[in-house]
Amino acid sequence: MNLDFSQIVPYIPFMIEGIWVTLQFVIVSILVGFILGTVFALFKIGKIKPLKWVADAYTSIFRGTPLILQLMIIYFGLPQLFGYDISPFLSAVLAFGLNSAAYVSEIIRAGIEAVDIGQTEASMALGVSYRKRMIDIILPQALKNILPALMNEFITLTKESAIVSTIGYLDLMRRAQVVGADLFRNFEAYLFVGLLYYLMVMTLTIIGKRLERRLKRSD
Amino acid sequence: MIKIEYLAKSFDKNEVLQNINLDIKKGEVVSIIGPSGSGKSTLLRCVNLLEQPTEGKIFVNGDELTAPKANITKAREKIGMVFQHFHLFPHFTVLENITYAPIKVKQLSKQEAQAKGRELLERVGLADKENDYPNRLSGGQKQRVAIARALAMEPELMLFDEPTSALDPEMVKEVLDVMKDLAHSGMTMLVVTHEMGFAKEVADRVIFLDEGKLIETGDPKTFFERPETARAQDFLAKIL
Ligand SMILES: Nc1ncnc2c1ncn2[C@@H]1O[C@H](COP(=O)(O)OP(=O)(O)OP(=O)(O)O)[C@@H](O)[C@H]1O
Ligand SMILES: [Mg+2]
Repeated sequence: MNLDFSQIVPYIPFMIEGIWVTLQFVIVSILVGFILGTVFALFKIGKIKPLKWVADAYTSIFRGTPLILQLMIIYFGLPQLFGYDISPFLSAVLAFGLNSAAYVSEIIRAGIEAVDIGQTEASMALGVSYRKRMIDIILPQALKNILPALMNEFITLTKESAIVSTIGYLDLMRRAQVVGADLFRNFEAYLFVGLLYYLMVMTLTIIGKRLERRLKRSD
Repeated sequence: MIKIEYLAKSFDKNEVLQNINLDIKKGEVVSIIGPSGSGKSTLLRCVNLLEQPTEGKIFVNGDELTAPKANITKAREKIGMVFQHFHLFPHFTVLENITYAPIKVKQLSKQEAQAKGRELLERVGLADKENDYPNRLSGGQKQRVAIARALAMEPELMLFDEPTSALDPEMVKEVLDVMKDLAHSGMTMLVVTHEMGFAKEVADRVIFLDEGKLIETGDPKTFFERPETARAQDFLAKIL
């Protein structure tokens, strides 16, 4: 069998650096997706019809088309329209953040709707404003219900992040390709970054389990 | 202190309340009784606008709650409500449940709110439970915390919607005792209840609702011993 891991040893720091590069835009994308997703979820459950339509249309479009297409449109398409050269990082954050917001808004909407209506009524009866009611009473309870689904979304995003290699962003995946091309052997480099992806996902999984356990304290 | 004029409420085509007129004085304890589905909860929930009346006016202390530009959120601070199923905040401790609204709505300092909260817990007999989460409490204890939570806002009026119906029989008394105490302290109370004992003993006035209409009203003694209307007689014959 033609396997020789010693050859990738000089490239290991280069590949490990990719973890940070990947994490950087994954974390920003998760934040963008989470904040925007929460806003859209509030639109969906709100009383203002036009906002509801906007949120529903948004979700439908971003869930109904391939993520890689969205990335291509942002990176290659937008500069053609606006004459502004968008960086790979910004494209990646936009594509993943906007895409994730669509999924997250559905998760959060379902989570909010699953909170007992009595919680809303009890806080209304105490004179608590809509804003405080959402932030202090409803969202924390919704979050507890949806944490597993949310963690799942973050894990998917982390793995799917590999497609930014297609726009030349030097993430983990792209670095494996670079090393493979340099050495004329691909298996070892891909296997190595595969391991790194797996470790990242496992870390997220463990964090998720911890959070879940902490939130369950009151059960 | 509360005046209800020509109140009506429909859900779509279903007329749940019709032409309700009611005047409740400060310190009065009024029991609302009637068969299931007669509109008792809906009437109570109209008073703090958890339900929007279809017609009619509601005044609290002379201010019209149903006015188009009335500040409902503000008005609700003065109206406490206790629900059949407690609706405590499960992610807060007992004390946090009680101090949340005073801190966030009335802008009390944390120390002040906690001191007051502990006083209230003492009053409902749960001083040792302040750090427990609601899921650790029995039904009767939960309801007493819910009462303390409402009282923490220093309301001028308390609404109770069947506060003991979800409780095991042995826990009914501890909650009724707290309510009796409250009645004797001069609180204005509007109480939907199936506890005829409470209505007889504590209420200043009983209101009988049937099919969304106010059929009969009177002092408890007269109402229970010599009800005037046939419908009230029927209802009392069934439950007593
Ligand atoms: N949100 C709602 N939407 C539609 N119909 C409703 C709603 N709330 C109450 N109703 C209807 O209004 C009528 C009166 O209900 P309400 O809950 O006020 O009765 P109740 O006297 O409190 O009965 P119970 O003793 O069973 O609690 C019922 O026919 C009920 O189905
Ligand atoms: Mg009811």
